[in-house]
Amino acid sequence: MSTKVALFATCLADQFWPEVATATVKVLERAGCTVTFDARQTCCGQPAFNSGYRDDAKAVARHWLDVFAGAEHVVMPSGSCAAMVHRYEQLFADEPGQLARAHELIGRTHELAGFLVRVLGVTDLGARFPGKVAFHDSCHGLRELGQREEPRALLRQVTGLELVEFTNGATCCGFGGTFAVKFPELSTAMADHRLAGTAGLAIDAITAVDASCLMQLRGRLQRTGSNLRVLHLAEILAS
Amino acid sequence: MTHLDAEHFDQNARAALQDATLRQALRRATDLFAERRARAIGAVEDWEALREQARAIKAHTLARLDHYLTQFADQAERAGVKVHWAKDAAAACRIVAQIAADHDCHRLVKAKSMATEEIGLNAALARADKEPIETDLGEWIIQLAGETPSHIIVPAIHKTRQAIGALFVDQLGIPPTTEPAVLADHARQRLRAHFAQADLGISGVNFGVAETGTILILENEGNARMTTTLPRVHIAVMGIEKVIPRFADLEVFLRLLPRSGTGQHLTTYQSLLTGPSPQDGPRELHVVLLDNGRSRIVADEAMRSTLACIRCGACLNACPVYQQIGGHAYGSVYPGPIGAILSPQLDGHAGATTLPFASSLCGACKDVCPVKIDIPSLLLELRHRAVLSPPPHQRRRPFLERLGFRLWAFCHRGPRRQALLMFLTRLLLRVPGVRRLGPAGAWTATRELPAPPRLPFRRRPEARR
Repeated sequence: MSTKVALFATCLADQFWPEVATATVKVLERAGCTVTFDARQTCCGQPAFNSGYRDDAKAVARHWLDVFAGAEHVVMPSGSCAAMVHRYEQLFADEPGQLARAHELIGRTHELAGFLVRVLGVTDLGARFPGKVAFHDSCHGLRELGQREEPRALLRQVTGLELVEFTNGATCCGFGGTFAVKFPELSTAMADHRLAGTAGLAIDAITAVDASCLMQLRGRLQRTGSNLRVLHLAEILAS
Repeated sequence: MTHLDAEHFDQNARAALQDATLRQALRRATDLFAERRARAIGAVEDWEALREQARAIKAHTLARLDHYLTQFADQAERAGVKVHWAKDAAAACRIVAQIAADHDCHRLVKAKSMATEEIGLNAALARADKEPIETDLGEWIIQLAGETPSHIIVPAIHKTRQAIGALFVDQLGIPPTTEPAVLADHARQRLRAHFAQADLGISGVNFGVAETGTILILENEGNARMTTTLPRVHIAVMGIEKVIPRFADLEVFLRLLPRSGTGQHLTTYQSLLTGPSPQDGPRELHVVLLDNGRSRIVADEAMRSTLACIRCGACLNACPVYQQIGGHAYGSVYPGPIGAILSPQLDGHAGATTLPFASSLCGACKDVCPVKIDIPSLLLELRHRAVLSPPPHQRRRPFLERLGFRLWAFCHRGPRRQALLMFLTRLLLRVPGVRRLGPAGAWTATRELPAPPRLPFRRRPEARR
């Protein structure tokens, strides 16, 4: 019997990069999953939570719990949103009812790469992508979910793909949610530093597990006249 | 130099970003420290276990701080230390000034100490015409320049050797040079003369051992050793959170702190002082136990772990924000990630409504913290409090931001509302000029905004499943 997966497209991919959500479906199906999409879904609540507006975050998080209650697995193309769901424990610390529902779902909520490698034990999805690709660790995927190896294991199995590392380690792209618009100059300086870590690598593309990091890096690359490609990991795995 | 304050972090950060020399100095220094740290901890097999041990010792101590402080004070007094309790910065400064007056001390030297920076001790003593000479090389440079430290353990991290050379020419009248060895030699000669005449030495404390009443001071230049041995009186200012239960606990912290801070296996000097040493050291040793808001933090369980900090500075070096702008932009005594959680909680609440937001929440600080302080979670808690109940006289969140999140939350509680919000957003973004306003404008000033696709995922055929 195939594994049942409820897709959380994430608000960013849903509204701005539908191709990322489409690619996620494709990859999950290749891995043998049955994918459902509940159209009642909206957002995980992270923007409000990270900005200090916990009541507003709770309202949205409750809706998220309503939508995904009872799901076998919830999978999303984002480390940041998955980490946010894990933070529902902190958010609902004073609401035992919601906390119990959150506990129920947290263990079954996964970022795409983590789900494929840790839960399904799959690394080879038969993808082909010719070119040299640098993998950008999104901070929440790396540090909150502890997934350094999972995305790399998947990329190593892509035919034609040469995986390279940024020369400046695993540093933040400078997005940080509302941080990017509260401190735009600082955020941009961080993006420039991050991108400087690809200098001399002669790469064809940058990839990551979060659309938010990619929006930041792509937005900066486009503005500075670079035509370096920026792709979500799901897009590479679906190719 | 302009006086920076935490309330204007955004302006301060913008100014720092314009300073190419500053950014170059920071990049070099923070990269170097991060590299050294990585190398130093790579050789320690049980690093994670050590961190966990340190976290547990600190959590245990902070939960019973009154007990350990009393024990520390009793034991120190038994060893001949005069213990003073200072409720706040003003009280601490008064105590130090009074000791100086009582002993007729006029030539003061000071070893590097963040606690004395926190209470503004130099300025307070200067009012009695007794400003201490800073004897740590970095601190001395900063004092000559009339600045404040921009890093917890590397106060002059923002200065290049060219800048220091120019400062020495200007302030000391030396022949022009940028040679570190020559500059250090000038400093050494001047500082030795100050040491020879000093009658009062002031220091901080890295750890105070409750079991024995011992204080430990770590350093690399020997200046703290001289500050605490040559003058006839020594005053150590110690934050109350610096106490640890047992002498044996030092084994854990001494393995963690130097490696995390400078990437050394051990600092060059470790001065363990148990009472005064009238034969070969100061006749009197005073310890000023400083509260200044700490007991309030201890009582606040959600935030208590802030006080576990051992001031190694690793979180500053690892922080991508600090790496770009340095410490002065934070406008508070404690900069970087630890400053962003500590300063708003100390007396004065510096930057309570700005500093917790000065982070992309990347978590690099949490990764390197030797006592495992979960800085991102504490930042989030402080953000929540800044929204809920900002301290008086600090910036409230703008009305439009509050309204915006209320509206955003309302619209994300159901798909139809969200669709309406997104429809209006798309429409709005098409109005000429809107992309230059508000948050959209902040984004588009330096980055392209993605063009919304014709159909969101949810309205595509592949979403019907």
